Amino acid sequence: MKVKDIVDALKLRVLAGEKGLNREANGVYTCDLLSWVMSHGKKNNVWITVQIHPNIVAVASLLEFSCIIIPENISVEETTLTKANEENIPILQSNLNAYEICVELNKLGV
Amino acid sequence: MLMEELLSVKYDVISGDFIRGGEASSNLKKLLNQLGIRSDVVKRICVACYEAEMNIVIHSVGGYIQAKIYNDRIEIIAYDNGPGIPDIELAMQEGYSTASEIAREMGFGGGMGLPNIKRSSDEFYITSEVGKYTKLKIIIYFD
Ligand SMILES: Nc1ncnc2c1ncn2[C@@H]1O[C@H](COP(=O)(O)OP(=O)(O)OP(=O)(O)O)[C@@H](O)[C@H]1O
Ligand SMILES: [Mg+2]
Repeated sequence: MKVKDIVDALKLRVLAGEKGLNREANGVYTCDLLSWVMSHGKKNNVWITVQIHPNIVAVASLLEFSCIIIPENISVEETTLTKANEENIPILQSNLNAYEICVELNKLGV
Repeated sequence: MLMEELLSVKYDVISGDFIRGGEASSNLKKLLNQLGIRSDVVKRICVACYEAEMNIVIHSVGGYIQAKIYNDRIEIIAYDNGPGIPDIELAMQEGYSTASEIAREMGFGGGMGLPNIKRSSDEFYITSEVGKYTKLKIIIYFD
């Protein structure tokens, strides 16, 4: 499944990193503790986090995550979006909370 | 086996710079991919380098990351100019952290960074002197 399929199915807002929408998405990881994410996240994972500072792009890029989903319409810092555009990491915003996003992603079979 | 150093890169790491924090690791990753290093090895190097880099950003007054690439391995030195670590054994324990409230709100301070580095590396050495420096040496083999 591609990131753009998830965007369509969950009606996510693409805040940045549009060039990465063709990335392959496989598996979901949700956690806000960065060093925990660093040791447990896997390539192509969809990452759900409430963190909104630029360093999340570094983490996602190093681990080759497919995209970052920000739950509950939390607004994201501008510098984060700029970095995400540079690294082609899609930052997607949802009105759902992390649990509800997981449920939807599970239905999609991500 | 040839043991000459093939390549050496050095990146300055600035205290408190969360925006650029991670760039040394990102640049190193790009270099390793260009060299055709196996992706699972690159990942371990990235984890170790990122944690070392962010520790300099969060806990120190600033320093640098230097990576020396040999044909069979990479050696990473993460050096900063203090404040140093009073009790290294304690700092190495999972969950131990002195990260500031601000850093914690940003998702740092899990006390997992140093254990992550140790787990990701083949050889890991840490030395420190309070008021002077902290130095990490990380060796990861390519095969
Ligand atoms: N470069 C450093 N200079 C001074 N103290 C350090 C340095 N690196 C680590 N420490 C000390 O060791 C502790 C443990 O480091 P570790 O990386 O394991 O966890 P953390 O940085 O606090 O949290 P996390 O890495 O999970 O975000 C730190 O909280 C800090 O007290
Ligand atoms: Mg750390």
